[in-house]
Amino acid sequence: MKEYTAIKELPYYEELDFYKKQKRIVLQNCGLIDPEKIDDYIEKKGYQAAAKAITQMKSKEIIEEVKKSGLRGRGGGGFPTGLKWQFAKDAEGEKKYIVCNADEGDPGAFMDRSLLEGDPHKLLEGMMIAAYAIDADEGYIYVRAEYPLAIRRLKKAISQAEELGLLGENIFGTEFNFKIHIKEGAGAFVCGEETALMASIEGKRGTPTSRPPYPAQSGLWGKPTNINNVETYANIPFIIDNGAEEFNKFGTENSSGTKVFALTGKIKNTGLVEVPMGLSLRDIIYDIGGGITDDKGFKAVQTGGPSGGCIPAEQLDLKIDYDSLKEIGAMMGSGGMVVMDEDTCMVDVARFFLTFTQSESCGKCTPCRLGTKRMLEILERITEGEGKKGDIEKLEQLGKVIKEASLCGLGQTAPNPVLTTIKYFRDEYEAHINDKKCPAGQCDALKGSYVIDEDHCIGCGQCKTVCPADAITGKKQKAHTIDPEACISCGACAEVCPVNAISN
Amino acid sequence: MAGLAKSFGSGAMTNSIDEIAGNDLIFVIGSNPTENHPVIGAKMKRTVKNGTKLIVADPRRIELAEYADIVIQQKPGTDIALLNSMMNVIIEEGLEDTEFIEEHTENYEELKKIVSFYPPEKAEEITGVPADTIREAARLYASQDKSAIYYAMGITQHKSGTENVTSITSLAMLTGNVGRKSTGVNPLRGQSNVQGACDLGALANVYPGYQSVTDPDMKDKFEKAWGVEGLSDEVGLTVVEMFRAIDENKIKALYIMGENPALSDPDQGHIEAALEKVEFLVVQDIFMTETAEYADVVLPAACFAEKNGTFTNTDRRIQKVNKAVEAPGEAKADWEIICELSNKMGYEMDYNSTEEIMEEIAELTPIYGGVHYDRLDKEKIQWPCRDREDKGTQYLHKGGFIRGKGKFYPSHHIPSIEKADEEYEFIMMTGRMLYHYHTGTMTRNSQPIDEHVPDAYVEINAEDAEKMGIKNGDRVKIGSRRGEIETNAEIVETVQPGQIFMPFHFAESPANRLTMDELDPEAKIPELKVTAVKLQKT
Amino acid sequence: MKEIIIDGNSYKFDPGQTVLEVARGNDIDIPTLCYSEHLSITGACRMCLVENKENGSLETACTLPARDGLEVETDNDKIYDARKTVLDLILSDHPMTCMTCEANGDCQLQDLAYQFDIEESSYGSKKEDRFELEERNSFIVYDPDKCILCGKCVRADSELQCSDAIEFSERGFKTKVAAAFDEGLGGEDSSCVFCGLCVENCPTAALSYKPARKKGREYELRKQRTTCGYCGVGCQVELNIKGNEVIKVDSVYDDTAPNPDGEMCVKGRFAYGFIDSPDRLKYPLIKKDGEFVESSWDEALDYIADNLSRIRDEHGGREIGALSSARCTNEENYIMQKFMRAVMKTNSVEHCARL
Repeated sequence: MKEYTAIKELPYYEELDFYKKQKRIVLQNCGLIDPEKIDDYIEKKGYQAAAKAITQMKSKEIIEEVKKSGLRGRGGGGFPTGLKWQFAKDAEGEKKYIVCNADEGDPGAFMDRSLLEGDPHKLLEGMMIAAYAIDADEGYIYVRAEYPLAIRRLKKAISQAEELGLLGENIFGTEFNFKIHIKEGAGAFVCGEETALMASIEGKRGTPTSRPPYPAQSGLWGKPTNINNVETYANIPFIIDNGAEEFNKFGTENSSGTKVFALTGKIKNTGLVEVPMGLSLRDIIYDIGGGITDDKGFKAVQTGGPSGGCIPAEQLDLKIDYDSLKEIGAMMGSGGMVVMDEDTCMVDVARFFLTFTQSESCGKCTPCRLGTKRMLEILERITEGEGKKGDIEKLEQLGKVIKEASLCGLGQTAPNPVLTTIKYFRDEYEAHINDKKCPAGQCDALKGSYVIDEDHCIGCGQCKTVCPADAITGKKQKAHTIDPEACISCGACAEVCPVNAISN
Repeated sequence: MAGLAKSFGSGAMTNSIDEIAGNDLIFVIGSNPTENHPVIGAKMKRTVKNGTKLIVADPRRIELAEYADIVIQQKPGTDIALLNSMMNVIIEEGLEDTEFIEEHTENYEELKKIVSFYPPEKAEEITGVPADTIREAARLYASQDKSAIYYAMGITQHKSGTENVTSITSLAMLTGNVGRKSTGVNPLRGQSNVQGACDLGALANVYPGYQSVTDPDMKDKFEKAWGVEGLSDEVGLTVVEMFRAIDENKIKALYIMGENPALSDPDQGHIEAALEKVEFLVVQDIFMTETAEYADVVLPAACFAEKNGTFTNTDRRIQKVNKAVEAPGEAKADWEIICELSNKMGYEMDYNSTEEIMEEIAELTPIYGGVHYDRLDKEKIQWPCRDREDKGTQYLHKGGFIRGKGKFYPSHHIPSIEKADEEYEFIMMTGRMLYHYHTGTMTRNSQPIDEHVPDAYVEINAEDAEKMGIKNGDRVKIGSRRGEIETNAEIVETVQPGQIFMPFHFAESPANRLTMDELDPEAKIPELKVTAVKLQKT
Repeated sequence: MKEIIIDGNSYKFDPGQTVLEVARGNDIDIPTLCYSEHLSITGACRMCLVENKENGSLETACTLPARDGLEVETDNDKIYDARKTVLDLILSDHPMTCMTCEANGDCQLQDLAYQFDIEESSYGSKKEDRFELEERNSFIVYDPDKCILCGKCVRADSELQCSDAIEFSERGFKTKVAAAFDEGLGGEDSSCVFCGLCVENCPTAALSYKPARKKGREYELRKQRTTCGYCGVGCQVELNIKGNEVIKVDSVYDDTAPNPDGEMCVKGRFAYGFIDSPDRLKYPLIKKDGEFVESSWDEALDYIADNLSRIRDEHGGREIGALSSARCTNEENYIMQKFMRAVMKTNSVEHCARL
């Protein structure tokens, strides 16, 4: 029989490195309550903020509190939420709408999903308070259809809230009425853009429209509308419950509170983390994330999703908030954080992200539709070894115009990965173009032919067997050789070599 | 137009195309604007998209019905019962405009009496329209501030055409929807210058400007102006009457300018016989039409693109026609031909231009008194326009009717002449379609159009077709008491069972071989919309 | 008084006006491709970018509302660079086939390429077609490769004609304008009624009139405005003539017309072929022994005059009737009734108003 040793001190989860520096406001209940039970939420002080707001506060007071909290839009724009509510409140109109943007489209980002699936009532409560504050009586949650569990739980949450009279008419015995609908998105990334999102709710083609008019004046069906994302609304109950001052204790001067990031890429601890604004990248990547996989060198981190920016190692101590990120050409975005190690080719990374934004361009405005296409063509050329002198300058010029001239946020940010990688890793571009080399060894077309180190070769013949080009010759037990003319640089030989004798 | 003139004192669209955008409610009855007045149809759709309410009443489910708040598919020839019933509801529910009725109308008691016989349940029996639908339509029409009615030949081409129209005018007066912007009673005229032809006296009873031929003062005025004596003070014959008079040897010579009665007029067999019989026939046209074949002399005329002049459109707007190309061969403008003929017959008609003719028109026609070519290039002129200072009239009857007070002319339901029976079990309606025009003289000679819609067809309800084993494109024979034709079947859901619809543009399948020339006794318009026919697969 | 500052000068404006409207009203040139005063505004092409001096951002003049104190510049290096780049991009996806193009001389894209001096796109020219030519109907040819996706056709279709026959399909670089289920105009599920407003609004030759193809280009055509000869709406139309032949019919934009936004229907737009038909009557014909024989005007009119005089004198004018025409002009109807009344002494003059 095996012997077990008792674990003397089972740590509290706050004591784990992964959690030590986190502060959970938005994700507070996630994983701790049963999201399909409204009682669980209520037990965690759920709907207390709504009750307080609706029965004890005037809408002006709520908006003031939100303003004071300094809460900024967590969807990426970072616009002050209180101010946005103020505009919608001040807009004239009998009918007003509340819209929640839950069209989380960034690859690898699942902050909203986690909340929708883990604590749906928190969102409903945030929306209720917003609706009461701006005099809306109807709300829409626009959620991507790829989140079936989230949709199911939201629906359940709505019907539970309706049953308890938390949604519907005369909420908390007041004059306040509010109902919430769910609208499933059809998978277009651009529908995360607020005007496109509202067009989609209206049943139109999901393309953005020019602002002004802003949604606060003329939004859903031409009515004054307040639109925030999931995480933004999820901050509201805390602010109302504990007051703006308590909220202000977290974060930096101009970016208060916390932010949820989705850590992914070449990092040991992946997953969602919620940290106070102002933590450094190093804190997040090394202390929380546990450092780079296989302890390789850190090269860059892409923040803000596919249209965010690549931040190099020299910025590791940057205190993360809306303004600091913007300053260095990146952005907060919805909170994606893709960590890259030393083996990553930055030109290829730029190409990868641009492939995504280009294929998700709605096609309405010229710079985004054709500009991203042409940028991508240039990047593809460079990674295929066909780069030309002047390509970098062309990318910079075109990128600048696309940013300035595009109609919506998608186009206005699409060139970011290209521009930031050029800014911080220009030498890699130059190596591709001038020397026809990929310093990270990632771009297939730029890999040289493979060579066998005769001193190490044991003549096992495995390489010869897998070579698709029949470029390898050699007798058993003797050192083999690769014909550089025939080699197609596929690397299959290097992969099977048991003694790592093949390299390029 | 007779009904409209009778009620209001003037027979033209009361309001303007430009005002459609301002309608709160559009009531389309017996008109298919998207096919026959496409630009007006599109304007209606645009207005409805912006929130204007729409009621469509037509035996067929026309395209506009797709945009309508209320769709009414009354049986052909039951418009009076439908309208009476709507008025019944309006009075019953106190939705009428009492102030307007008192101030601006007469004969209201008579109307009240007659429409009291038409509660919706009774109207349902006659029209086939559910009583509640009639109620809803009445309420919707009466409840809007600016309700406008648009109608066309679906209303007038009946034996009861005049009464149909007076029922429409009654509905408008009852709710005070006349004499204000974006309201009114608006007949949509079918041809480019049908309004102008009426205005300029191509009518047997009036000189230009609707000045009666029986009025001695008018006779006097025109005799002086034209320098002749002995103008007839006897009302002349209308089109269908002329053809009957040929039968009776009372018309010996016929001069036809730009018309094709052999195809457009009802009871074609009869028309052909008359054209054959008349002693002397002159036809002046741009093509050798079916009618021209019968002529003793055919004169080649210039078409609209080859001459100058003016057209007056459906909203009384006088606009210039400008010469763009030379007429082929020796063809001449119609006015030049008539003038030359007149000169040969010893009566001098010496005009150097159409502008000179318009100057004479302006002098003799009060409603055209202010119409001058130099104004037409830059101004929107809608008659009445009495002098140079007059900017024209966008909508009629502002502040009071032309005839003083508007008169209610209520009528009981008048059954159509023919009914479906054992032998002739279908009711046929005729009309136009988008791609062709009238007798096809122009459209069927225009390649892309004729390529797009080359063949005649008859619309048959899908249920009927299935029962009879008729499939799309099958050849079918249609017969009436007057004749028989063959055409292709088009199976549709838009006509109701027991009804068929046929466009009359096609000489190879001439719908008017089947129709009858029974006239509305007042307006002298034939009943083209209700013909009993039998249908058979060939 | 409220004023906006454009290029350093103050201009008055009406509430609701955009910067583009104020600028154009004061003869300040701002290029556009997707803008039309007859359609809603989308700000899609991005050619009309101007610089908002408040924050240095580029904004589309067509969507930017004029407001008191707003200061914009319409022409500086930054704006020029952005506009030229946008144009360069459009040209990178447009065939450079002006030589044989229907729109040569009547193409907004060509005009702008000339203005910005772009002979060939710096991204390389479009060498191969990406789409199929659509011409399965008798009226309109659609060449998606020449389409710059300004969307004016889509808006004209949905906002003016209201037939909702075309929409954008696909997205991004693959976007094209398509009819229902991409079956083409006139396809089985197409609600197109061939009013031609889409062609009228197309800034290039992506849409063109099929019957007019290869018949002549803008600078070869003579224009004559007139009133349409079909229904009673009385649309104003512009006949385009080459030699003595009507080649196509364009819209007229005039507030005094019943169709101020250039609206038309398939008949007004396409049913003009009859004018030049070889079957037109060219000479007077007199029926002799059952056959029509060509005659001179003198002979024909003498023959008519003799017969009408005879019948009038023998039987009286009341035995003569005339049908005037709802398709003839006011002047002609007047002349006809005058002739019948004054010369024939009868009131039996009618027309087909009742049919």
